[in-house]
Amino acid sequence: MQRRAATDIYGLMAEFRTPEDLIAATHKVKQAGYSRLDAYTPFPIEEVIEEVAPGDTGVPRLVLLAGLIGAASGFIIQYIGNLVDYPLNIGGRPLDIANWPAMIPITFEAMILFAAFTAAISMVVLNGLPMPYHPVFNAPRFDRASQDGFFLCIEARDPLFDRAQTAQFLRSLGPVQVSEVGN
Amino acid sequence: MAQAQPLRTGPQPDTGEMYLLPGETYTSISRKIGDVPLVSPLQTSRGWLLGFTIAFILLMVYFVSIAWLFIKGVGIWGINVPVAWGMDIINFVWWIGIGHAGTLISAILLLLNQGWRNSINRFAEAMTLFAVACAGLYPILHLGRPWLFYWLIPYPNTHGMWPNFRSALAWDVFAISTYASVSLVFWLVGLLPDFATLRDRATNIWAKRAYGIAALGWRGSARHWHRYEMASLLLAGLSTPLVVSVHSIISLDFAISQVPGWQVTIFPPYFVAGAVFAGFAMVILLMAPVRVWYGFQNYITMRHFDVMAKVMLATGMVVVYGYFMEVWAALYSGSRYEEYLLFNRLNGPSAWAYYGLLFCNAVAIQPLWFRRVRQSIPALIIISLIVSVGMWLERYVIIVISLEREFLPSSWDLYIPTVWDWSLYIGSFGLFFTLLFLFIRFLPMINIFEMRMFQFQENERLHRRERAGHGDTGRDIVTGKSEPGAAGAD
Repeated sequence: MQRRAATDIYGLMAEFRTPEDLIAATHKVKQAGYSRLDAYTPFPIEEVIEEVAPGDTGVPRLVLLAGLIGAASGFIIQYIGNLVDYPLNIGGRPLDIANWPAMIPITFEAMILFAAFTAAISMVVLNGLPMPYHPVFNAPRFDRASQDGFFLCIEARDPLFDRAQTAQFLRSLGPVQVSEVGN
Repeated sequence: MAQAQPLRTGPQPDTGEMYLLPGETYTSISRKIGDVPLVSPLQTSRGWLLGFTIAFILLMVYFVSIAWLFIKGVGIWGINVPVAWGMDIINFVWWIGIGHAGTLISAILLLLNQGWRNSINRFAEAMTLFAVACAGLYPILHLGRPWLFYWLIPYPNTHGMWPNFRSALAWDVFAISTYASVSLVFWLVGLLPDFATLRDRATNIWAKRAYGIAALGWRGSARHWHRYEMASLLLAGLSTPLVVSVHSIISLDFAISQVPGWQVTIFPPYFVAGAVFAGFAMVILLMAPVRVWYGFQNYITMRHFDVMAKVMLATGMVVVYGYFMEVWAALYSGSRYEEYLLFNRLNGPSAWAYYGLLFCNAVAIQPLWFRRVRQSIPALIIISLIVSVGMWLERYVIIVISLEREFLPSSWDLYIPTVWDWSLYIGSFGLFFTLLFLFIRFLPMINIFEMRMFQFQENERLHRRERAGHGDTGRDIVTGKSEPGAAGAD
């Protein structure tokens, strides 16, 4: 491990005891100019997300698109089915576009169905999941990241990354421990 | 107040002021909630085994009832020609109404930023899913030929036919299937980070693998949390109009017909309020024992019961308003059929059901105006049971009383449920409770990561208050009140 070049490791991982410590540390790391970093926390922390993950609008865009597609397909299938392909006089309801109010419930449900599935699936896919292996799982005590540990990782591909200096810098932020994460 | 509070989980008494009792940490939250599903199968508690066994026996009753129904047809039920919708539809509406409280808690309260929902939303959502499973089967079972239910779905077929999309029954198909699948997706998304907690806490290799697969490799990255929160908010925003639309569409099954007592414009909002009303009653009924069995009094506090009782009271009063509007609509309509319906409800052969519903849904909830009652678990359980019966009677009144005396006196007939009607209803509790027992055994019944988040937010709030110079003690860190040092802090 010690003999590897800097690029052989994934990054340097610092563990913090409290979310408040992590928030302060993330702020300082950003101020120091590091850009390739990620935090691993047992619950979402707004302050950290704002520093680490600048606005990604992929999910809402896809959801809007899917909602529109869902509504359109819901309406079109009813239009074709009941007014074009197999028109049937039921209760004297009009057989043209004037019948649109009767088609709203299914149009609406189709919109919600498409949008909701897209929200969940796009969240998983854009996050790159499922991903059974990831280098950060090698970090010591990383099983606490889903319970009560607050981790900050500066990745080796960061232009400012220097194995010794970055580790020293991280140690100055008051972590529980700093460790190298192998690939 | 004087509720029995086993204090082994914390030294502080529950004064009904707090949503999260003091003394919890991120570690203790992860351990206490996360380790419930991780108990070795050999150490499963006897109480759970007993409960599961009873539920499973009831499930067998359900299967027998369905098998006999498939063999003989719907003639085994008490339905007849004027009353073609009997307990099948009553139970369908009753079950799906119960489900709606779960969506309200998980979606609407999330949008309203009500942190207290975090400790009950997982359980309530599970209740939603299982209640919808019970509900969704009824309309299929009441088809004369249930095996042809897929004809309701628009699929390319050799008949060259389409479903009639302009019928409320086709709307039902879309509404309920959308509701069931969206609720499932929302629930699974909520479980994802908790699966990771279980994966990391499990000591048994097979449990670790199973939860590990379910967690999809979740590692709590801030980038992931960002998209995750976005998706959760969007799902909540989509579920909120969905839940309103679902029960509105179910009410349209009645309201777009011409049957007296069904053709009322108040139906959609009145059905939605009734659904939430019945659902909260069921949440209270299920939560009260579960929190004691698993020692979750620190997370599900008397304050929770207090606010749930308030929601129940508020929605109950909306329902009462609906009853007044029904009477008013009948008197104002000038239609002799509508007027006769009112007379028939008050004096007809099934008048007992109407008076019963007025007692259960209008009178019995009035004690909830008093804090003392809202803080008493036995009182809440009794009222919730009465409300559950009352909401069942409401559907009985709407469906059976209206149909028993329709337009033509020559075709009037009474509806008398048979043993198969009752066995299918009792059996559906088997399905519900079997799923519920499996849920509390294998999945975390409180959302762990949201509880940690709640703890964090409450800590932050305390710090803010200290900085602002209020100098309050840690005693009421987690009251939901803005005023520090409210009653109960000594």
